[in-house]
Amino acid sequence: MSFFLSQVIIGIQLGSQYVMVALGLTLIFGILDISHFAHGHMYMIGAYLLYIVMVLGGFNYWLALIICMAGLAVAGVVVERAVYRPLRGRPSINSFIAAIGLILVLETLVRGIQPNPLSVPQPIDSTVHFLGTTMEVQRLIVIFGAIFFVILLQLFIKRTRLGTAIEAMSQDREGASLVGISVNRMSALTFALATALAAAAAVLMAPLAFIAPEMGSTLILKAFVIVVIGGLGSMKGAIFGGYILGILEALAIAYVSSAYKDVFAFGILIVILAIRPTGLFKGREAT
Amino acid sequence: MTLLRIEGLTKRFGGLVAINKLDFDIPANSITAIIGPNGAGKTTLFNVIGGAMRPDEGRIVLDGKDITGWRAHNVAREGISRTFQTTALFEELPTWVNLVIGYRMRTRSGVLDGVFRTPRSVRERKETSQRVLEILAFTGLADYADKPAGSIPQEAQKRLAIGVALIGRPKLVLLDEPTGGVGLGETDEIITLIEKIRDSGVTVCVIEHKMRMIMHLADHIVVLNFGVKIADGNPQEVCENPGVIEAYLGEYIA
Amino acid sequence: MKKYARIGLYLLVLAAAIALPLLLNMSRKGKYQIQIFTLAMVWAIATLSLNLILGYTGQASLAHGAFMGIGAYSFAIMVERIGINFWLALPLTCLVTAFIGLLIGLPSLRTKGPYFAILTLCFNVIVVVVFFNWTWLSGGTAGQKLTIPSYLSQRWVRYYVVLFFLILVLLIERQIVKSLSGSSLIAVRSNEALAEAVGIRSFREKLIAFTASCFLVGLAGALFAMESGNLNYNVTNYLYSFYILIYLLIGGVATLAGPVVGAVGLYWLLDRIEALGEFRYLIFGLILIVFIIYLPRGVVGGIKQLWEWAKGRWTRKEVPSDTPAYRGPDEEVRGIGSD
Repeated sequence: MSFFLSQVIIGIQLGSQYVMVALGLTLIFGILDISHFAHGHMYMIGAYLLYIVMVLGGFNYWLALIICMAGLAVAGVVVERAVYRPLRGRPSINSFIAAIGLILVLETLVRGIQPNPLSVPQPIDSTVHFLGTTMEVQRLIVIFGAIFFVILLQLFIKRTRLGTAIEAMSQDREGASLVGISVNRMSALTFALATALAAAAAVLMAPLAFIAPEMGSTLILKAFVIVVIGGLGSMKGAIFGGYILGILEALAIAYVSSAYKDVFAFGILIVILAIRPTGLFKGREAT
Repeated sequence: MTLLRIEGLTKRFGGLVAINKLDFDIPANSITAIIGPNGAGKTTLFNVIGGAMRPDEGRIVLDGKDITGWRAHNVAREGISRTFQTTALFEELPTWVNLVIGYRMRTRSGVLDGVFRTPRSVRERKETSQRVLEILAFTGLADYADKPAGSIPQEAQKRLAIGVALIGRPKLVLLDEPTGGVGLGETDEIITLIEKIRDSGVTVCVIEHKMRMIMHLADHIVVLNFGVKIADGNPQEVCENPGVIEAYLGEYIA
Repeated sequence: MKKYARIGLYLLVLAAAIALPLLLNMSRKGKYQIQIFTLAMVWAIATLSLNLILGYTGQASLAHGAFMGIGAYSFAIMVERIGINFWLALPLTCLVTAFIGLLIGLPSLRTKGPYFAILTLCFNVIVVVVFFNWTWLSGGTAGQKLTIPSYLSQRWVRYYVVLFFLILVLLIERQIVKSLSGSSLIAVRSNEALAEAVGIRSFREKLIAFTASCFLVGLAGALFAMESGNLNYNVTNYLYSFYILIYLLIGGVATLAGPVVGAVGLYWLLDRIEALGEFRYLIFGLILIVFIIYLPRGVVGGIKQLWEWAKGRWTRKEVPSDTPAYRGPDEEVRGIGSD
């Protein structure tokens, strides 16, 4: 029983990462309708930035977290301005293709400079015992960190003017622009938020695994799976879907096979979209 | 003889009832006009008949066959074709290719026929070609045959959209504001075209706003308001109907 | 372009293609170059196959890398393990790949645009994982080898074999595009809702295009296996799906020359700048971004657009470049695609 419990907790931890990336994607894909397929690679850049700031720069972990989030927020705004804004108004597949170009640029840039996996030390390198299981503290940091950021995001959306503007855009973009909400500013803000969130996810996760150029690839696909199944533009769906996927994946690794763990998520997507092309939650259609 | 029968047709969008238990018939070989104030449900009616939307209640019967809930491509194949309020064409393709595509549902050649140049593909290309020429002549578009559909004048685009609807030999064409955005002189050309269509044996159903045009053109008028039929008859009957006068015609002098 | 001028241009290119190995065979460095061009033509076939689904029905598939790998492995397994005759295995490979394409297309083609792209990419990743783990199928670290008939052991012979198939695929695609069924595909790409309203079953058309596309990419896979002699699971890599897409977009989507120009040009370029190592693909990525924003019709499409603008036939909307020329009221419907 304690083994099962520890796997569930690992699943929640895995899910935390998915939730943070999927939420960012929900903002961009679901609300701005931009097929920002390179979001996973922004996450990857966040992890490498952490290495630079923390290992090369000597900053402490928590300070590095803030620096990485800020740095990546800026990067997100730059990407939106340079790559996606010129494509506004064109069919969304064009943005998707541009994102593929961006993926190649980011991944090969990193791999060309440093192809070997790197690692980053855990800020609190110890374990904790509870409920009969033993867990690294970092895993708990991930779980609570994610909850913290998700709540922060929800507060921002619901309680601030800017956040309300984003929500307005998610409901009706044309209407929002008619009441004076600037699409340009909102796009930049949304990208900044989403990319900062991805950076946070990367910083939280990095001490638990290796940092490698490919780390964003399957992550982005899973995030898309979560966003589409959870319902485009639905933040609740992204949260729910992220945790469920994390738990199911952890259990699958533990009880079935670790080799096919990625296949699992994608197989689900194909099956669900084949049966219900509109996704499981309320949102816009995929067809 | 009734070509199209609508029985109890209802379509809702959330809380809004766009069409409400509509009953009427379209007689064959006639020009039937659907009129009514904006938002009366006219285009929704065409969307439902044409198969772009499914009705919530009611029946649509074409020539004795129940086609309720059929999808657009099947409705087209069965013999109802339509035009759209915002002219829908394959804009980057030449006029004549637009017509070829309109006739495609009447040909059965597939990819293999195309690759191997089977006798069927040769025969059907000839057939298509002939039909394209006929429609180009019928709609007076021969001069524009070569040009991308998006580049020809607005009024010619309307005639092309009608041509695309006609080329597949439909039983019934639904024309959604065929003279929308077109000037007075050119309106007459389209009116003549519509009458030619009726005379050639195809039944026409038109949504229109231009009252004088409708009074002269239509054999049969159905008036809608808020999704409900408020009058149904020949032009004389309709413009004497007090409900119609109150809802729509205002100060029209017969 | 006048019909005879165009035919002349094609014959010139064909002559150059035929003459190339004869020239290259004279030096040792040249002999190596032959293989580059052979592989470039294999990628051109794969790019032409993607053109059928992306250029002519407007759906971007990111699974073609996987299908190419499936084709390569099917061919190798048929010839090496089952013992089927080399030349018989070629069309069989195409059928196998087409069949799998049909199975994948059925659930996927109900979605559109980026969703379809994601679904196909998911499929590609699944295939990679399966091939990686299922060593019985993929041959594990040793991979799967392919023994080719002795008369194909010379590089230049294989070059001509691939050239033959490239021309064949070009002709097949041209026939499809120019046929009545081609007009249905173009209609679906141009305005799907209107196509449905005129009786075209868009799902069926997309499925046909996708299956035909997989048929052709299976051929590319088999020829890839022939040229490589040895395969491992990496041949299904999803990066290949990206590269094929890049070749197609840079060359010119929805044209017949575009895929060939893009694939041959870029693959040759890749070899030329090999010294840059990993950064070659960075350049690819940058080129893709620049092209998709500023030159979405690619090189060939851009040239055609200039031509059409010069002749006064230009419209604002983005065009699949193969627009036909009507030649007079008495002429039969001679070509729906371009010459």
